[in-house]
Amino acid sequence: MRVLYALYHDPDSAQQAYDSLRANGATPGFNERQIAVLTSEPFDGYDFFQQDHKTVIPWIAALGGLVGGVSGFWFAAYTQAVYPIPTGGMPIVPFYADGIITYELTMLGAILATLISVLITARLPDWRRKFYDAEVSDGKILVGVIDAPDTSRAEVEKRLLEAGAAGVKEFLA
Amino acid sequence: MSEKTIAQINDDLLRPVLRTTKRFWIAVLLLGSVVAAGVGAFLYQAWNGIGVWGIDRPVFWAFDITNFVFWIGISHAGTLISAILRIADAGWRRPVTRCAEVITLFALMIGGMFPIIHLGRPWLFFWMIPYPSERQIWPQFRSALAWDFFAIGTYLTGSFIFLVYPIIPDFALVRDKVTGWRKKLYTVLALGWRGTPRQWHRLETAMHIMAIVIIPVAVSVHTIVSWDFAMAPVPMWHSTIFGPYFVAGAIFSGIAGLIIAMAFLRKVLSLEDYLLPVHFDNLGKLLLTMCLIWVYFIFSERLTVWYGNESAEMAVFWTTQRGPFAPLFWTMVFCNFIIPFPLLAIKRFRSTITGVVIASWTVVIGMWLERYLIIVPSLSHKYLPYAYGTYRPTWVEVTILVASNAAMGLLYILFSKLVPIVAIWELKVGSHKPPLVRHQVSVVRTSPVGASTANGDGLLTTDL
Repeated sequence: MRVLYALYHDPDSAQQAYDSLRANGATPGFNERQIAVLTSEPFDGYDFFQQDHKTVIPWIAALGGLVGGVSGFWFAAYTQAVYPIPTGGMPIVPFYADGIITYELTMLGAILATLISVLITARLPDWRRKFYDAEVSDGKILVGVIDAPDTSRAEVEKRLLEAGAAGVKEFLA
Repeated sequence: MSEKTIAQINDDLLRPVLRTTKRFWIAVLLLGSVVAAGVGAFLYQAWNGIGVWGIDRPVFWAFDITNFVFWIGISHAGTLISAILRIADAGWRRPVTRCAEVITLFALMIGGMFPIIHLGRPWLFFWMIPYPSERQIWPQFRSALAWDFFAIGTYLTGSFIFLVYPIIPDFALVRDKVTGWRKKLYTVLALGWRGTPRQWHRLETAMHIMAIVIIPVAVSVHTIVSWDFAMAPVPMWHSTIFGPYFVAGAIFSGIAGLIIAMAFLRKVLSLEDYLLPVHFDNLGKLLLTMCLIWVYFIFSERLTVWYGNESAEMAVFWTTQRGPFAPLFWTMVFCNFIIPFPLLAIKRFRSTITGVVIASWTVVIGMWLERYLIIVPSLSHKYLPYAYGTYRPTWVEVTILVASNAAMGLLYILFSKLVPIVAIWELKVGSHKPPLVRHQVSVVRTSPVGASTANGDGLLTTDL
């Protein structure tokens, strides 16, 4: 993997670089997947930050809640049915009381489903060496092209510099 | 409004993590000593049995359960407040949220410990956990005490995740700034975070979902704690308003706890540029609102009991109004209303950090007394006058109470040594304005470019 990239101080310059790399005409025209963006904070509202915006996590959370709720009720009711404790005319499987266990485990199911789906879809944890530049932590915005063809290398560098970068860097892995 | 560059923000907020001052070690030593004393008292009790406590028939719940309810209440400061402010997108929340979320986690840990201590034989606490026992004894799921296990377990899990998600980008920031063993530690903790749009979007989605889910969980937790009492036919416990009354009290004491913690951190970690008077003023307004709601609930509860004039309830009522518990009751009213109300209602006092912090201290004391006054007077004056009892705490219970407060401070300080106590990336988000027009740069992309925009020098205007 080879990434040609530049670092920008402000989101408008990063947006300019992104647009420039995507624009057709005298080659580039890279698609979203070919352009790498790394930031130290979210930049909602900028196009360069819109990659991978769509997610089904809310639905997974809802499903997790459903599974949690059903298993919570089953857990409480099954236990009460298998080890019945008669208490002065009270039902063996009391719906009000079991409703509380059902409610709590519904929420727990949603929470755990969110956790697991976020870790999987955000591809965390991943401690392998990946494309990164520690300057991002200083607030700079990284915009680059993944595996740009050699023929367009000069044009990529030109466009990155034109957007306001101090220099172009290369990452090889 | 203050101007800070990103580098300054990083430096200011990473300083407590990267540099260890003498003040830090003194605080750890002092608080650690008190915690050690508490551990000693606990071991003494474990060795000698619960006879070393002041409890006796008919008062079987006292300090430990008071502490349990109190700490669970304090836990409402964090995740609940943070979640509400996140959903409301209150910009001023940014420096506050992590301070608050940490309180929840530690308060739940400390609070959850007290029922275990209260068991008398704490090493058998796992009997509460539902597991296929070889003795075929299962927890009684209809018991209100089993509900606590699920409610607190869910809230603790949710609060932990709610706290940890937004810390991951800050762990990555620390990873990039340190060397040696710290680099290795934070590399592991950062989980390989790089800051791709995908990672940010997932984080934001998760925080939205968690904020929505955690609010009803937080409400349910203290409602269920209140039902530990309300499900029992004990005078002045068997009340339908106990759920909302406890939740309101929990948020009241929680906000007070948060204000005290913020003032403490502001001083000790030199965060004067980040935790501003406006934050204390805003939290002071919330505290004032809860103060009035608390008064409404306590009046409503007392009025209905007095008007009902049921003899067993009136026995408890009068013991708190003009009997042996009256000094504590009226101290509670002073601490929860008479002192904080003017301090918070009059802008001149509320706009000073000192005024809000004094009000918060009185509220914390008053709310601990409130929990005590819910439990002990009712248990000591149940239905049979010849079985009335009394209760006085022993040094063991007092030591454990004091140690639990010290444990909160100690855990807080140790946490701030490991993690930036103000969410750095969230603060940065608040410092840049979103684009006025989407594609605004796209419009000019064909024109010659090269000049950076106004923010090219990296200067931030932090809108705190």
